[in-house]
Amino acid sequence: MLPSLSLRKSIVGTVLLFSFVPLFLLGWVVYGMFASAYHAKVRDNLAIFAEDKRNAIDLFLRDQVAQLRVAAQSHSLAQLSSQEFMDRLLSIMQQGTQTIVDLGLIDDEGNHVVYSGPYNLRSINYKNEEWFKIVRVRKLYISDVFSGFRGFPHIIVAVSKQENGREWILRATINSEIFDSFVRLVQIGKKGDAYIINRKGEIQTNPRFPGKDIQVIRPLIDSKFSGVRIHEGIMHGNAVYIAGIWLQEKEWLVVIEEDKHSELEPLLRTRTLTILVSAGGLLCVLLGILMVSRMIVVHQERQEREQARLNEELVQSSKMAALGKLAAGVAHEVNNPLAVIREQAGWIRDLLEEEDIQSSPNFQELRDAVIKIEQHVERAGSVVHRMLGFARRMEPVRFDVSIKDLLRETVVFLENEMHFRNIQLKWDIEEDLPLVETDPSQLQQVILNIVDNAIDAIGKNGTITLGAAYDAQSGCVCMRIRDDGPGMDKDVQARVFDPFFTTKQVGEGTGLGLSISYSIVTRLGGTIRFVSQPGEGTEFIICLPVRRGSKADDRHLGEK
Amino acid sequence: MTVTSVKNEISVLVVDDEQDFVDALVKRLARRGFATQGALSGAEALKTLERQPVHVVVLDILMPGMDGLETLRYIKENYPRVQVVLLSGHGGEELGVRGMAYGAFAYLLKPVPLARLVDTVIQAAEYAPVA
Ligand SMILES: Nc1ncnc2c1ncn2[C@@H]1O[C@H](COP(=O)(O)OP(=O)(O)OP(=O)(O)O)[C@@H](O)[C@H]1O
Ligand SMILES: [Mg+2]
Repeated sequence: MLPSLSLRKSIVGTVLLFSFVPLFLLGWVVYGMFASAYHAKVRDNLAIFAEDKRNAIDLFLRDQVAQLRVAAQSHSLAQLSSQEFMDRLLSIMQQGTQTIVDLGLIDDEGNHVVYSGPYNLRSINYKNEEWFKIVRVRKLYISDVFSGFRGFPHIIVAVSKQENGREWILRATINSEIFDSFVRLVQIGKKGDAYIINRKGEIQTNPRFPGKDIQVIRPLIDSKFSGVRIHEGIMHGNAVYIAGIWLQEKEWLVVIEEDKHSELEPLLRTRTLTILVSAGGLLCVLLGILMVSRMIVVHQERQEREQARLNEELVQSSKMAALGKLAAGVAHEVNNPLAVIREQAGWIRDLLEEEDIQSSPNFQELRDAVIKIEQHVERAGSVVHRMLGFARRMEPVRFDVSIKDLLRETVVFLENEMHFRNIQLKWDIEEDLPLVETDPSQLQQVILNIVDNAIDAIGKNGTITLGAAYDAQSGCVCMRIRDDGPGMDKDVQARVFDPFFTTKQVGEGTGLGLSISYSIVTRLGGTIRFVSQPGEGTEFIICLPVRRGSKADDRHLGEK
Repeated sequence: MTVTSVKNEISVLVVDDEQDFVDALVKRLARRGFATQGALSGAEALKTLERQPVHVVVLDILMPGMDGLETLRYIKENYPRVQVVLLSGHGGEELGVRGMAYGAFAYLLKPVPLARLVDTVIQAAEYAPVA
């Protein structure tokens, strides 16, 4: 059992290795490729998103600037200086967008010349304001978001206008909440965020999650670049993608944070699925291997057993063949001296008839001695005779034999003996048995040997059952000769077919009966086996094929 | 004793390679009134026959040198009226049957009770020409 266990182990090991490694590699590679594709896709989406937002905000700013420019350039200073005109202008502009809060005209001294809007800002002077200086140089100014006098976040857009040799500035306040609504649309997922930040790191809109760690965004703010940059970082304790893109109209950076985890959730699901599928596959493979290896091992064991049985049979039959040859040789050698002894004893017997010897005082002794010699020569002769039967060289003849008739004819020889010993005979023969092509006289010898043994085993008072049945599967007729004698113990069972093995008393058994029977049945192409239980009895089973194949090796025992 | 007188006219040659066997058999047959001689091989038997043919030859089949069957054929060729009784040991049944085909009068399986041999020899002698 041990070698088959290690065989099983090595089968399982090998197959596992060769299935696990590719399966693992496959899962790993497919997942890896999927993951990188997915990452790329997520980044692409993010970039497209950021770009879209940037464009929208740029467009909005450009619109505001354009509107203001048109207003400034297409109206004369006289028109713009009129409060009435300015009010109308504001209301026209507000019809387009609700975002313009107020409008004002400022001269080059920083004085608010005209103001239209909800606040009273007419008296304010902007001369020292930073933006005032910038707009005079650059002709355009867009402020960061601030709350200023007005108390709500807004930006200022200002353009300059030349007229009458003087510089005038048209300034509009724009409610910057519009940016919030721009970016809010982008605030994706459970933890995503979007906001605008200026170069100084001041956030221009209301982020969804306030309290940004500017350090994380710093690398994006520090340098201006075109297009989208995506960084990865930790924000509010979450791993995030941070996409940044600079506006064209203003030095503002649109930042979009996307929670890596929730973004990659489908990927993680895929990973879990991949692992599950792989594990499932592996489990299937494992089960398969276990089953297959089991089958292999069982098969192998069966074959080994079969092989062992064949070997045993081979050993038995070659033992028989060798012993057959030996027996034949010995028998012939013994036969000749026996013949001489027999004849010489006969001669003495002849001489004992002479009258002068008959009157000798030792006549009776001599006569007894001769009789004893003759008896023992007979005994030796019969042993030799049986040995020769064992080594019989005769080619079995073939007749179609009715096993039923043969059994009945054969037991006739033993009926007296059985009657004398009070042994009952029972029959258990199937109807319509097919005829068997075999050698009836040799088979008869086998039956005699076995029934003889049964009688000897029973001794007195018992039953012998003779049965026969056809086994369609093997195409054999099987005879069963059962006795209710004492049975055999294991030691005897192992040796019954050995030549000269006998448990009978000297002179009563030669121990050749079963070995001869064995060699005959083998030669006839059949099998002989027995079942014996000490205390219960013994059953011999002889199976003979209905049709004899003409195999050359059938005769191996008989060849010289 | 008519039987003895019949036997006295019957000459028998016993052929076997076993000297002691031949001796004993010759003595026993002689005691029963046959004119008996022995030979230890086929060749010796033929030589004896050359000198003087006999009625019946009792011939063992298994012999070294020229075996029983060969001797039988030779005898039948040269002395067709000499009757041959074959003795075959165990396993020699087939040879016995073949011997019958070559013209043996009978074949007997060893061991043969002497009475049986005597009967067979007397029967065989009936077919042999009266010397
Ligand atoms: N039916 C049986 N019940 C119990 N023991 C048996 C039976 N048949 C055979 N044996 C045992 O097997 C031994 C060998 O049997 P086998 O026929 O070969 O020889 P034998 O009967 O002893 O002698 P032989 O048959 O030559 O006279 C027997 O001595 C006996 O011990
Ligand atoms: Mg026996």
